[in-house]
Amino acid sequence: MIGAEWIYWLCGFFFFVVGVQIAFDREHPKRWATSAFWCLFGAALCAGSFITGPGAASALLGAVVIVMALIAGIGLTGRGIVQTTTAAEREASAARLRNLLFVPALTIPAVTVIVALGGGRLVIGGRPLLVPGSQTLVGLGVATVAALAVGWIVLRPKTPGVAFVEGRRLLESVGWAALLPQMLSTLGLLFTQAGVGTQVGAIVQHVVPEHSRILAVLAYALGMVVFTMIMGNAFAAFPIMTAAVGWPILVQQMGAHPAPMFAIGMLAGFCGTLCTPMAANFNLVPPALLEMRDRYGQIKTQVPTAIALLAVNVCFMLIFPFL
Amino acid sequence: MIVLLGVALVVIGFALRVNPLLVVTVAGIVSALLGGISPLHILEAFGTGFTTSRSVTLAFLVLPIIGLLERYGLQQRAKALVSQAAALTTGRLLLVYLFFRQLTAAFGLVSIGGTPQMVRPVIYPMAEGAALRSYGTVTEPMTETIKANSAAADTVGVFFGEDCFVAIGSVLLISAYVNASYHLKLDALQIAIWAVPTAVAAFLIHGFRLLRLDGRLESMSDDRG
Repeated sequence: MIGAEWIYWLCGFFFFVVGVQIAFDREHPKRWATSAFWCLFGAALCAGSFITGPGAASALLGAVVIVMALIAGIGLTGRGIVQTTTAAEREASAARLRNLLFVPALTIPAVTVIVALGGGRLVIGGRPLLVPGSQTLVGLGVATVAALAVGWIVLRPKTPGVAFVEGRRLLESVGWAALLPQMLSTLGLLFTQAGVGTQVGAIVQHVVPEHSRILAVLAYALGMVVFTMIMGNAFAAFPIMTAAVGWPILVQQMGAHPAPMFAIGMLAGFCGTLCTPMAANFNLVPPALLEMRDRYGQIKTQVPTAIALLAVNVCFMLIFPFL
Repeated sequence: MIVLLGVALVVIGFALRVNPLLVVTVAGIVSALLGGISPLHILEAFGTGFTTSRSVTLAFLVLPIIGLLERYGLQQRAKALVSQAAALTTGRLLLVYLFFRQLTAAFGLVSIGGTPQMVRPVIYPMAEGAALRSYGTVTEPMTETIKANSAAADTVGVFFGEDCFVAIGSVLLISAYVNASYHLKLDALQIAIWAVPTAVAAFLIHGFRLLRLDGRLESMSDDRG
């Protein structure tokens, strides 16, 4: 059976290769710390496959992760300059290759979807070929390799390795922000273990008025938004706000229908996700990848949509569950 | 109550624009210590937290092929394609992408879009190419606005599309959690259906704002001259 672990090794290998390239780059402004950051990141991605559950190995990996976060967090890493083609060369090559350029790019979604939807049906010797539940990740891994192969055939670079030089250019533009989504998910874990959620739930329960439908709905929706903004995703907020307000007050006391109340409650939380830097993979990594000047520019663009949509969600929550 | 100090640290850190990696690491350690977790368990939590969340980082796996395609002019080609379609303004193009992203996500095809494989190499260059055709030149503030709106269309689209699909994380979490905690028998489909009105509202609200984007870009380009 084929699982998803090899894809983490592929990604770890890529990060490691980036780290090695930086180590050989004499012009890099922060050569050694940046190289160490990417080498450690790559090694940690691979090591994760061999660590199951808590224990000494997990603690060691945790220490490595904290070292990585501190190296980048106190500003020891930087961005190098990578040799690439000039704008004129790109125009010329675009005019020559035309729509052929889209073929490798479209290979990624096409193969991902095919494997994700059809991979589960492949059976060899009476056993499924892919580990159940791993289809989407395996799809992404297979698609990346396939796209790279198609790219090498269509573009014919002088050396295949040039893809990793270009990959370094993009990865360095993301920089330390690449580690942030995983650190935030760890923070969520620590918050939960430390009992932050239960505390917030207790406070909300004290504040919510028990007899006003409008105020109770507002408390559920706004609580989802605020707590989602703190935790970075609505999944962590949902159980806490539902246990504090959604179930005891709205469903049990006021007789709301649970399906629409909980579904729209979660979506109210999504409005919070649009507004928070804690959802780094959605709101901070894209501006880094697009090389925007303002790291919070995307969030600023999303806030008006989030506010309007939250108002709509509150109205829906006042109507649909009480029909 | 004292564990909420960790939350306060995060808010203050972000407000003061301290490096987010530093804020998150320090806030995590502080809240855990205040919550009475031993140092060894904190290290373990950082290890398991990293291991279990590795799939987020796989988004960067596509960077070598995307970078290679950029080297050979993918962004330039995307721009050139748009310059032939006169009716396609920046706002309308992003509106079409928003619709496509929401619709595919509603069928569970979440990995079709995304910034690394779609927005940076194709959607953003097209959006800027459309602006270039409409206004002649694109200034630095206009580029920032176009980049921010390209990324935002992708995020809004995937968030408010995926919840209409029955086998997506958030829908499964709702049904699993409430069924286990409150002995309900909610079906994932019942929950997914109630996400449809909000998905329509999200398209109308964000789509309306995208159509007004063209006007904003035009006044930005007028300011320049």
